[in-house]
Formats: sequence, C-alpha cells, structure tokens
Amino acid sequence: MTTSLVALAVVMAVVIGWLVRQTIGTMPWVEQRPVANDTSGAGLALPSIKIGLGVFMTVATSLFALSISAYLMRREGADWRPLAQPMVLWLNTAMLVLGSVFFQWANNAARSGNAGGLKNGLLAGGACTFAFLAGQLLAWQQLGDAGYYVQSNPANAFFYFLTALHGLHLLGGLWVWGTTIVRVQRGSAVRDVRMSVELCTAYWHFLLVIWLILFGLLLFT
Amino acid sequence: MTYVPIGHEGSDYAPPAENQEPELYHPKTFIGKYIWSQDAKIIAIQYSVTAIGIGMVALVMSWLMRLQLGFPNTFSFIDPSSYLQMVSMHGMIMVIYLLTALFLGGFGNYLIPLMVGARDMVFPYVNMLSYWIYLLAVLLLLASFFVPGGPTGAGWTLYPPQAILQGTPGAGWGIILMLVSLAFFIIGFTMGGLNYVVTVLQARTRGMTLMRLPLTIWGIFVATILALLAFPALFVSAIMMTLDLTLGTSFFMPGIISQGKQLGYGGGSPVLFQHLFWFFGHPEVYIVALPAFGIVSELISVNARKNIFGYRMMVWAILAIGGLSFIVWAHHMYVSGMNPYFGFFFATTTLIIAIPTALKVYNWVLTLWRGNIRLNVPMLFAIGFIFTFIHGGLTGIFLGNVAVDLALSDTMFVVAHFHMVMAIAPVLVVMGAIYHWYPKMTGRMMNDTLGKIHFWITFLGSYAIYLPMHYLGFLGVPRRYFAMGSTYFVPESAQSLNAAITIAALIVGFAQFFFLYNLVWSYFKGKPSGDNPWEATTLEWQTADTPPKHGNFGAELPVVYRWAYDYSVPGAAQDFIPQNQPPSPSTGGAQDIRP
Repeated sequence: MTTSLVALAVVMAVVIGWLVRQTIGTMPWVEQRPVANDTSGAGLALPSIKIGLGVFMTVATSLFALSISAYLMRREGADWRPLAQPMVLWLNTAMLVLGSVFFQWANNAARSGNAGGLKNGLLAGGACTFAFLAGQLLAWQQLGDAGYYVQSNPANAFFYFLTALHGLHLLGGLWVWGTTIVRVQRGSAVRDVRMSVELCTAYWHFLLVIWLILFGLLLFT
Repeated sequence: MTYVPIGHEGSDYAPPAENQEPELYHPKTFIGKYIWSQDAKIIAIQYSVTAIGIGMVALVMSWLMRLQLGFPNTFSFIDPSSYLQMVSMHGMIMVIYLLTALFLGGFGNYLIPLMVGARDMVFPYVNMLSYWIYLLAVLLLLASFFVPGGPTGAGWTLYPPQAILQGTPGAGWGIILMLVSLAFFIIGFTMGGLNYVVTVLQARTRGMTLMRLPLTIWGIFVATILALLAFPALFVSAIMMTLDLTLGTSFFMPGIISQGKQLGYGGGSPVLFQHLFWFFGHPEVYIVALPAFGIVSELISVNARKNIFGYRMMVWAILAIGGLSFIVWAHHMYVSGMNPYFGFFFATTTLIIAIPTALKVYNWVLTLWRGNIRLNVPMLFAIGFIFTFIHGGLTGIFLGNVAVDLALSDTMFVVAHFHMVMAIAPVLVVMGAIYHWYPKMTGRMMNDTLGKIHFWITFLGSYAIYLPMHYLGFLGVPRRYFAMGSTYFVPESAQSLNAAITIAALIVGFAQFFFLYNLVWSYFKGKPSGDNPWEATTLEWQTADTPPKHGNFGAELPVVYRWAYDYSVPGAAQDFIPQNQPPSPSTGGAQDIRP
C-alpha cells in the first residue's frame, strides 16, 4: 500500500495545504473585504470544466495508484511468474507518444486560430490512439497464443487488468474526441472547440504518463 | 479595545456585477422538470427518496435479524442462510446506499447550491446522470434478492475467499450482482462528486469566501474529496473479485479445497483484499461522519442563537480528520495476521484522530454553553447526536488499541460501537436535518409533537438497544452468529438480554413510522413555514420563494457580506443577521466594529 499512500499523501497534502493557505489568517467574524464585482470572484481563475477534469484525473490517479499497490503486494506471492513482453508494446508506446504530440500540435493550432492544423492534429492524434488500442489487443492475442492466459498466473491477470483499465480510460477520452471531431467537421469555429481540444490534450498527456508508469512497471518487475 | 462603528452603504461595498451569469437549463415538459431533471433540488429529492426507500428494506431486515437473536427457534422463515444474507445486505445498504447517498447525493445536492449562493450545480447534466446510475445500482442490488441463491451472505465486508465459494449464501448470482452494483454506485457517485467539489470551488456567489462557508458545506466538501479518493479502492477490489469469480484469476483466492474438490485457484492474498477494502472502508466512516459534523454544527448554532465556537478550528479539524482518515485503515485488521509493528503504527494514528474529533465535540458543547437554547425538534436531534457520538467515540478508543481489540474483535461490542458512532449518530443528524430543512423543501413545518415523540423513542430506544449490547460483547457473544448453541462462557441470562434488545429494536423501528407519517401529513396539512422559520443566517433561508424555484435566487444572486454565524450580535436589531445583509450602522454586526 506504500505506493497508494505516497500518491494519496501527495494529493491530500496539495488539497489540505491549499485549503489551509486559503483559510489561515482570515477571521471571518471581523473580516472586512470589499466584494469583487465579477460573478466568478469567489472561484478560482480557471474555467470550471478544467477544474472538473483535474478532479477526475485525480480520481483516476487514485484508481491507478491503488491498482499498482495491489500489483506490488500480489507480486510478493511465491507463484508470481513474470510474463513475456510482446515487442508490439514498444510500438504501442510509440503510438501513444505520437498521439500526445499530435494532440499538443492540435492544441497549439487551436490557440493560434489555425483551423487546418487543428483538424489535422486531431485526426492524427485520434488515429494514433486507435492504433495504440489495436496494438494492445494484438498484444493480448499474442500473449494468449503463447499460453499466457488470464487465469494461469497473477502476473498475466494483472497485465490484462491494468491494460484494460487504461484502455477503457482512453476509450472515454475518444468519446470526447469523437464529439469534438464531429463539431470540427461541421465547421465549428476554432474558438468554439478550443476548450474541448485543450481538455483532450491534457487528458491524453495524463494517460500517456499513466501508461509509461504501467509499462515501466511491467518491464522492470 | 475600543470599537469604532464604520458606516457604509451596501452599494460602495459591492459594486454591480460585471460578468454575465451562465445560461440555466430550462425544462419544458413535466418529465423534463420532475423525472429527467437537471435541477439539483429535484435530484436531491430523488436521491433522498430512493435512499430512504432502500434504507427501509434494510431496517426491516434488522428487525428480522433481531427476532431471530431475541427469540431463537421461533421463526421458521429465518434460516441460517437467510440470516447471513440479511446481515450482509443490512450492512451494505445502510452504509453505502443509504447514508453515503443521502448525505452526499441528498443533502449535498440540495444544500450546496443554495448555501454557496449558486443557481445550480456546475455540471447539471452529469449530476442528473449521477442519480440515474445510482438508481441502477440500487435496482441491481434489489434484483439480487430475486435471483437463484438470493443475495450474498458474505458479510458487508465481502471478504474472500468465502464470499465467492460455494456454500456461502448467494455465492453465484448474489455476489456478482453485489459487486456490479457497487461498481455502478461508484461510477455514479464520481459523477456527483465532481459536481459537489467543483461547485464549492467555482460557483460560490460574490463575497462567499471559503471561510464564510457554513460548516455544513465544509463537511460535505471534505467528505466528497475523501469519497472521490477512497471509492476507487472499493472499485478495484470489486472488479478484481469479479474476475476471480468469473474468469478464475487468483488475485485474492488462495489455493483451496472446497467441498472435497481442489479448486483452480492458487496463491492469491485474502489480506490484499482486506487492505483494499479498508483503505476505502475507513475513510467511508468519515464520508458519513463529516457531513453529519457539519450539519450538526449548523443546527446547534442556529438553535443556541450563538455563533459556532471556534469556527476556524472546526474547519481545520474537518481537514485534519479527512487527512488522518487515510492512514488508520488497518485498525480494522488487527486480527488478520499482519505484521505486529503495523498494529503499533495504526493504533497510534487511530488515537491521534481522536484529538480533532474531541475538539469538535468540545466546540459543540461550548456553543451550547450560555446559549439562548431553543429546544425544538432539530435541536433535540443535534444534542442527541452529541451523546451517541461521544459514547461511540469512547468505545472506539477501546477498540483502537490492539490488545483490547484482540479480545473484543468480532463480538457484539464491535456491533454496539459502530452502531453508536456511525449508525445512530449520523441517523439522528439525518432526522434533525430533515426536520430543519423540510420547511425549505416544502414550505410547511413538520408537526412538533409527533417530532418530539419520534425523537424520544428513537433516542432512548437506541440506548436500550446498544448499551446492553456492549455488555454482551464483554461476555464474548460473537457477532453474525445465527444462534448461540451452548457455550460455557455465555450465561443463560444473556438470552433474556437479547430478547429485551429485540423488543427495544422493534419499538424504535416502529417509532420511525411517526416520522414517515409526519413527512406525508405535513406536506399537506403542515403549518405554512414562511421563508425563514428558524431565523437562520445562511443563504438558503434568504431565497425569494419557498420552496426555491429553479435557479434558486430569483432575478439576482445574493451578495455575501458576512460569515454564516452572526447570531446574537451585540447592538444588532435582531438576534441574527443574514449573510446577504449589507453592513450598515443601523443593523450593527461584527462586520461594523473594528478595534
């Protein structure tokens, strides 16, 4: 559980630290601060949807940290046999990195108002992601052919479980990507889809980092 | 110190708003307004009704269990399997599907937008989905009563390996439906939780700084953060157990011979499940307790006509409890055979958590001290909460110590402890809160006499149930046993005590019908309440309409000038000053005096 504890300690430290910083030194019973004139004066300087995504990514962090904890604890069992690493996983990793790069490209294009670049970046990013998911399925198939069944060893079970969990998160992202690309196809102005692109980009970077951690874990243990 | 009153007009203090407000969703049909509603107040009522409905099922199961314990060999329709199934479903429903859903989905949805001065939650559509996924989870849970083999009888903790082995009631369909239902609950809750957190952070009205938030909101806010971080542990363990059951993986299942047959499992770790489960399970206690703490602070301050004692300390205690709740989980596992040094660590953290908790209790009592106390029904429930919470908390200190816990583990003492601290105490707060906010939800007061009858039977009856149960635990009477058989250490008289407890439990159970009757009767016949029957300061009582319409606050959002606890301010015309009342010399108030 050390992994989860470290991850959650960081999250809780940030949350509580921020809240204490907001609240320390204020005396609400005598406080006298003029009221700001914008309606969002009491909130943070970011749009709500971004905070929402941040909160969701924190929840996902907790989910993956706990899964990794379970992985590390179960690994100490005597019956743990590390599984082969199909070479296709390296290709998949490259695809996901490329996907992230293309999303960043689309994001930069959206920021500078370049509709063509935005569309190309989104399409390329989505294509790379689909390639990654297809590659993951291929890896599953290769492992199955080589006799690494889900029930034959906990290492196999964890591999299938963690890759499925990660893949499902990507599919959720692809849903938002799909709605965005449809809007772009129908000729939405760049500024109308900018936020969606920005959120997708952040989410793709996040899932890339998660994948790199999971892949590193599989390689080194 | 000398105080100099500073006079000023509200208009120089709060310049007109510059930014536009966001568009609200406008329902067009009856179904859009009341069924597929995106209005947080309607969603709150949907959540509450569903949670209380499923809670009634769990209440009836507790009567049946008590009938068996009090009068064994009398009721032929309760057999050992169905007894275990009732134990399991009672626990799971009460903790998750009733209390979590009611405090966060019910009170969270109703109170957050109103108390922070928002028109609605920030993501209303996601909020609506949250309820419907919760309803799906409840229906899946109910479905497990009707599948072959019935619901799971593994205990609410669902420990493997027995949870999924043949021989445990509901080891086939029952446990699968349970696990899938939990997974859906968590997905639905995450959608709601996103809303609660982001709404508190982003949608507060002008002037509503974090430190001007009512403690109710602080409690719900921090509890939601805990839930968002802790529920994934339950999610992971539910999915892994489903895989163990359906695909034959060995995440949690050790090599095992069941009914003379070697199963395909091997090497899995049941203790791993316990770690994951309690990594969720202990924060869960505070997910239920923190909103209760917040609401009780509100009820006590309003009805003592005094500001809450030590507001800042109350906020920091909530944060400290929230942080600490993640590092005490293994005190549920002292008898699991883990490393003894862990026990030392977790006993220490468990005792440390008593400090901020005790601080809150002292502050409630100090708020009451020399207050102008109004002993109305919500206040009775709030004071009742202080009693039961102290009792449950003190026995928690017993059980937090490894040496004491080893002897008392899995006895009726544990049952008495956690029912006092996280069943009776939060439920008293739920009742108090319903009596308190019912006038805002319906525009009518609940009947006072019925409320007082309900309170006294519930409060005294709870003691009649749980105080003797501690003693049964000392005798060594184990929990979750269908029948005692004959043991040399449990005297015959324990059976008479069990019968008495059962009678008390039935009386308390039936007293809840006074409450349900009161809810329905008052909706039609209750005395009209007006906008602010309790003379409270917080924003939900300052709305233009009661019950508030969609959008909550009429044409303009309120502007907040002061904290939530300006009661009995010296020199003020009334004994309360609403949060949205601009400072001016005529009303007085803490805002206007400076050293």
